[in-house]
Amino acid sequence: MSIWNTFLPALPEMALAVMSMALLMLGVFFRKRASDIVNTLALLALAVTAVLVLMTGQQGAIFAFGGTFVVDSLARVMKLLILFATALAIIMSVGFMKAERIERFEYPVLMLLSALGMMAMVSAHGLIALYLGLELQSLALYVLAAMNRESVRSSEAGLKYFVLGALASGLILYGASLVYGFAGTTGFSGIAQALKGGAHLGVITGIVFILAGLAFKISAVPFHMWTPDVYEGAPTPVTAFFAAAPKLAAMAVLMRILYEAFPDAAEAWRQVVAFMAVASALLGAFAGLVQRNIKRLLAYSSIGHMGIALVGLAAGGMEGLRATMLYLVIYLLLTVGAFAVVIAMRREERAVEEIEDFAGLASTNPGMAFTLAAMMFALMGIPPLAGFFAKYFAFVAALKANMVALAVIIVLASAVSAFYYLRVIKVMYMDEPKGAVAEMPFELKLVSALSVVFALGMVFWPQPVMQLAQAAIRSLL
Amino acid sequence: METLLKAIVFLPLLGAVAAGLFGTAVFRYIGGAPPQPAHDAHADEDGHQHFHYEGPRWPMMLTTGLLLLAAALSWVAFFDVVGGNTYKVVIAEWVRSGELVAQWALRVDTLTAVMLVVVTTVSALVHVYSLGYMSHDPHQPRFFSYLSLFTFAMLMLVTSDNLLQMFFGWEGVGLASYLLIGFWYDRASANAAAIKAFVVNRVGDFGFALGIFAAFALFGSIEFDPIFAAAPEMADRTMRFLSWEVPALELIALLLFMGAMGKSAQFLLHTWLPDAMEGPTPVSALIHAATMVTAGVFLVARMSPIYELTPFAQQAVLVIGAITAFFAATVGLVQNDIKRIIAYSTCSQLGYMFAALGVGAYGVGMFHLFTHAFFKALLFLGAGSVIHAMSDEQDIWRMGGLYQYLKRTWAMMLIGTLALTGFPFTAGYYSKDAIIEATFAAHTPLGEAAFWLLVIAAAMTSFYSWRLMFVVFHGKPRASRETLARVHESPAVMMVPLYVLAAGALFAGFLFKDWFIGQAEAEFWGQALYRAAHNEIVQAMHHVPAWVKWAPFVMMVAGVSVAFVFYLVKTDLPAKLANALRPLYLFLLNKWYFDEIYDFLFVRPAFAIGRLLWKGGDQKIIDGLGPDGVSALAAAVGRVASRLQTGYLYHYAFAMLLGIAGLVTWLMVGG
Repeated sequence: MSIWNTFLPALPEMALAVMSMALLMLGVFFRKRASDIVNTLALLALAVTAVLVLMTGQQGAIFAFGGTFVVDSLARVMKLLILFATALAIIMSVGFMKAERIERFEYPVLMLLSALGMMAMVSAHGLIALYLGLELQSLALYVLAAMNRESVRSSEAGLKYFVLGALASGLILYGASLVYGFAGTTGFSGIAQALKGGAHLGVITGIVFILAGLAFKISAVPFHMWTPDVYEGAPTPVTAFFAAAPKLAAMAVLMRILYEAFPDAAEAWRQVVAFMAVASALLGAFAGLVQRNIKRLLAYSSIGHMGIALVGLAAGGMEGLRATMLYLVIYLLLTVGAFAVVIAMRREERAVEEIEDFAGLASTNPGMAFTLAAMMFALMGIPPLAGFFAKYFAFVAALKANMVALAVIIVLASAVSAFYYLRVIKVMYMDEPKGAVAEMPFELKLVSALSVVFALGMVFWPQPVMQLAQAAIRSLL
Repeated sequence: METLLKAIVFLPLLGAVAAGLFGTAVFRYIGGAPPQPAHDAHADEDGHQHFHYEGPRWPMMLTTGLLLLAAALSWVAFFDVVGGNTYKVVIAEWVRSGELVAQWALRVDTLTAVMLVVVTTVSALVHVYSLGYMSHDPHQPRFFSYLSLFTFAMLMLVTSDNLLQMFFGWEGVGLASYLLIGFWYDRASANAAAIKAFVVNRVGDFGFALGIFAAFALFGSIEFDPIFAAAPEMADRTMRFLSWEVPALELIALLLFMGAMGKSAQFLLHTWLPDAMEGPTPVSALIHAATMVTAGVFLVARMSPIYELTPFAQQAVLVIGAITAFFAATVGLVQNDIKRIIAYSTCSQLGYMFAALGVGAYGVGMFHLFTHAFFKALLFLGAGSVIHAMSDEQDIWRMGGLYQYLKRTWAMMLIGTLALTGFPFTAGYYSKDAIIEATFAAHTPLGEAAFWLLVIAAAMTSFYSWRLMFVVFHGKPRASRETLARVHESPAVMMVPLYVLAAGALFAGFLFKDWFIGQAEAEFWGQALYRAAHNEIVQAMHHVPAWVKWAPFVMMVAGVSVAFVFYLVKTDLPAKLANALRPLYLFLLNKWYFDEIYDFLFVRPAFAIGRLLWKGGDQKIIDGLGPDGVSALAAAVGRVASRLQTGYLYHYAFAMLLGIAGLVTWLMVGG
């Protein structure tokens, strides 16, 4: 019974791990047409895992493995979102990978393993568990980035991500060892206990190192440098995955560690988070102005958006955390919709990803143009689209926390970034068509329809998203 | 009677709205087919364009019919008012704001009644004439709508009971004038002329508006009756204007006269009138000869109770009027465009009218306005008939010998010329000679000077009018054979209005002279015109020396004789004279260089200031520091930020380490 109690909370992770490895073997056995079967089964595995997540405890926080693993509302909501984002990424990949002739059965399996790592991360309640999850998802992502072995850019992206990711891991480990050295424990609750009554400078240094490592994952300035290169080099569906799931997981971990392990060092880390928020929002806005490649553009867009999401974290409190969570959910759906169009952009059997290639898309493929335009307007934050609410709540949270300068800067940064979103729309709707693009595959239509409905419909029915965000942060307060 | 007066004013408006909204493409193409191209013309072999009109004919018929009705009603009203009645028909209260109250009322006394018959009669005849003249134009409904709109605005002006209502009509006719000068909007010159007319009139209207403000400031009212009643008490009041203390009434009179100068194309503000000939010829006849340009004369006559109290302003009116009469006549001597000759003639005759007003002979001025409307409209429409016959040729030196082709038009132009030059017993003989006598009878130094200017101008009038007749209708034909082959007499619909106007030009003076300026004068005008007790100009006019009475006739004969010799007997004389007096000839040909002087004094500095504010102020400073500067800065920042993205792994790693070092340092120092 005690063993059962110990393992039960981790049942979804364990199930996913087993299923991933089973799929790996299945792929080897089938060889031909393996990827189709594995893709389908991977989606099934994600669904099963989601069901298990829903089944493991409905109330309160359940601890396991000696308090280093926790299942609370934050973990549950984040896990569901991670599984959902992973499923979307797999769905969006199918056609693209086939067209690029890089479909391999390892691909969905790697995605599953990465998702497993993320799930472990968001449930981690100690520095060691955190590191384990982080490394698992990172290793899978390194391989995914280099998935297109024939392509120099893809390989370069994978290598860059790997080297810099290793550096980030090193930073986290160093920070963790510092914290452990001062707190005498690696558990979050223990650390919080030990730091009561003020944090030593050594601990603060450790916190900054851990923050830096996690900032790397959400590509916050100045740890963002990999983002544009990797976004551009990696196969587009992988980029879409990068933009969605890992950011959710890393942000959730940031929330948890800052609020559960270092609440008493808030004075210190609040400044760091605020700095990263401002720097990311500004850099994302300005550097995006001169981009020609849509994937690089979306990379800077994601840097900027993560900056604004960090505003809520810096502001803190119920308002702030809910704003961040809301931002993550909305951004997830919008960025997936945008990538669905980018993935579908194929002309003469080749993927095109320069912004100029979108010229006149409105006349050659109005559906795609409309989808992308809706996503661009939403990412810009034009009311009444979903993106407006994301920015609005972040803005209000900053004001409530008396961070007026922060609020003003993110509004100005949003105004600057509006230029590059609008330029994409202008190119699509006002420029001379460059020639027909391929019809959007069914699965991408599905994903983009979901995003469009969400972007346009949230204003009419905001409760589910608001409640989701509210539920996620409940365990932190 | 009140209903009848309302009908006179509103029938043209009804026609204008109906033809403008439902006769043109305004409603026809809403949500439907695109409008037709502006010109669906095609050129035949020798380059002549042919226009077609395929739209409905009812807009033209409706507006013309309504105008004919209004004209008939106006004559009824005229004879009723002459019988001694005056009317004040309140239509609505227009403005009530504090002390400012303006009724919308029709004030009909003799002065208004005279204007009513002039305006509606000429307008109705021009409508009829245009049925023929514009019959090929693809945009006829719009043209007739504008004509009727103009007529309505002019009627609002002449029936006004307060300065504000007059200003409404004043601006309304300005608008219609602008629209009609630029009627052929695909011609750059027509657009330029329309804008010029509008802008030059702005200068005068600015004065008019200031005059209204000053009147309100002084009298606390802008309605005529209170102003006229209070004016004598206000004669000694002064007012602060541009830091000077000036006599208030003089100021108001001068400002109002400034408005009159603009509208009536008087010296200094005359430059727009010749250019306005870019509009269709019927427009020139109606607006730029018979009616709108006389609005200034009407204004001064209407405000006679003020001008009688302001000797200085009266002298200004006299001086400007006399100079205009002389100046425009000199320019008219050498012009070569048939319409421009008549336009300068109009300008000159308006000067005569103002000269009469300037010596207090309001009835005489109005009489000339009345007769001038007939013979000048006749001349313009006759010129239109010639132009029509000559396939849109306007240069008199490409005509010649048209007498044998256009006998009836020739006869009409002859009548117009006789009337204009003051041939005995025609309309001009009574009215123009009366003005000349009146200036002499004023017995003031300025009056004397004006007298001589007007007498000389009479000779020049005779010369340029006959020059036009001789060059156009006599001598050898100078037009091309093809053009001559096509020359044809105008259709009846164009000729009948000419006959009517010719009758007016011949008999209007003789028939109405007793009422306007003769024995029945005081009774005729009643309260409409005011003359101070010391003003005995009308009596004095009858006692001028015989040589004064004969002077205009002698001048007329001299003018026609010289023109006869120059253009029919010794046809090489004009060229020799022009060569001998080349600077003078060029000076006149270039209209005393007014356009050039204004271009140098006002237009170019205005452009320079505009360019400075545009390029320097707006583009460099506001855009440069504002939108453009910020966006350039943003783009520059963006380039720098993306240049940081070198692609080198060690740069990226370095940035991360630098970042963490910076953050730790910040917390160590700051925290």
